[in-house]
Amino acid sequence: MKKLNYPFSVEAVRDLKVGDMVLITGKLFTGRDAVHKYLHDGNKPPVDLKNQIIYHCGPVTLQDKKGKWTVTAAGPTTSIREEPYQWEVIRDYGIVGVIGKGGMGQKTLDACKEYGCVYFHAVGGAAQVLAEKIISVDGLYLKEFGLPEAIWELSVEDFPVVVTMDSHGNSLHKEIEASSKEMLNKLL
Amino acid sequence: MAKKAAKKKVSKKITPKKVVKVVKKIDSKQQTIDSLIELIRVTSTEVPDDVFKTIVAAAKSEEKDTIADYAMGIIKKNIDLAKYKSQPLCQDTGTVIFYIYHPAGFHQTPFKELVKKSVTLATKKGYLRQNSVNSLTGENAGTNLGEGHPSIHFYEHKGSEVEVKLVLKGGGCENVSAQYSLPDTTIGAGRDLEGVRKVILDAVQKAQGKGCGPGALGVCVGGDRADSAYFAKKQLLRKLDDKNSLKDLDKLEKEIVETCNKLGIGPMGFGGKTTLLSCKITHANRVPASFFVSISYMCWAFRRQGIAMNKNFAIKKWLY
Ligand code: SF4
Repeated sequence: MKKLNYPFSVEAVRDLKVGDMVLITGKLFTGRDAVHKYLHDGNKPPVDLKNQIIYHCGPVTLQDKKGKWTVTAAGPTTSIREEPYQWEVIRDYGIVGVIGKGGMGQKTLDACKEYGCVYFHAVGGAAQVLAEKIISVDGLYLKEFGLPEAIWELSVEDFPVVVTMDSHGNSLHKEIEASSKEMLNKLL
Repeated sequence: MAKKAAKKKVSKKITPKKVVKVVKKIDSKQQTIDSLIELIRVTSTEVPDDVFKTIVAAAKSEEKDTIADYAMGIIKKNIDLAKYKSQPLCQDTGTVIFYIYHPAGFHQTPFKELVKKSVTLATKKGYLRQNSVNSLTGENAGTNLGEGHPSIHFYEHKGSEVEVKLVLKGGGCENVSAQYSLPDTTIGAGRDLEGVRKVILDAVQKAQGKGCGPGALGVCVGGDRADSAYFAKKQLLRKLDDKNSLKDLDKLEKEIVETCNKLGIGPMGFGGKTTLLSCKITHANRVPASFFVSISYMCWAFRRQGIAMNKNFAIKKWLY
């Protein structure tokens, strides 16, 4: 088990390899379809994303009477929907990590290699375990997209993920896809 | 445990009325809603026992300290935590599908209204996410009601009780579900059980970890496109440890699970031994011109539950 602690950096993520199980402690920014399209359309992010991690997640959130937010469910959403945009966000805003589920494609893999970024896979459906790792909600941006689509700034402790695409051009998804296909052909 | 506690709550509400000694009719509408909300709560926050046992066994089969072992550990922890906190297992609470079995003479329309009301109330309570979107306008009413939502199927049965079964079908796993038209020359699948075997294996390989595997399959061999998909999904109502009454299909079900677990896709597609938890297959007649095979993929967060209701529509028994 490896640890990745805030502040994050390109050097730190370059050390990570496909298959590494990692516990992340520090800051995450959620962002899914609306946010990625917004950035792709040329809008500046409302927070500096340099050396930050983006989490593909539409959390379920609750606000108490004093206005304090808590996250009650926070599993990853399917990442491939952001494939057309992700590479640009990596290039233009300097993010060093993307968390999601299902993996991403060649464009993102190339951007990870070129600019220094990794794709972390969280366990899909593990909404409760992952929500428990969120220790505070520190900010809310682009609220107009609706709460699940907004950018949530979260502090997490020991957030469990697996590196499935690293910054050296390796993708566990590609490997497993190929090996399972080969196996299937044998079994058919 | 949670189920029992909730039942107690329901009976508590009725008892004081008796104490006051005013002979009031039990409000069967309110009782129906209470029972249905409890059904939704349990379905959303717990996996049924048969699924839990299968997941535990699968977790044991993974090699220690591998990514697969790690992922299965998180899945198990999530199941425990969701039950303990009475919170949804997964934030995608899926398509809400009711299968309602009732005796002759039962009135479907008023019951349907109560089902809808219960869905809205369960959404307010947070057991269901605001998850229903108008396909034309993109609007989300926040109630989980709308054209075709929730999905409700009625069946008349011989029993004297009303039974309500509920499946919450996630979107990610629905997206990797598939329908094949045989023969399929791309994988050499002909119009026989061997061809059926091939397309099921192909679907599982194509799904990789994207349906939040390890998954469970419901399959229908035959039928027209619509019925085939419907019957395939309905196979998800079967307990994972049951046996197919047709020998050939029973054999095929076992063989599919064994073979898929050799593909090495593993939990979440991380690699590993557990790719598939179960496979349940049914069949329907077809016209000579068509041969469809439909495959409904269910994620590990396999949310299925059911209740038998007594005369007053209180929960009499849990079905899974
Ligand atoms: S596929 Fe299932 S476990 Fe995965 S996100 Fe969807 S509902 Fe949740």
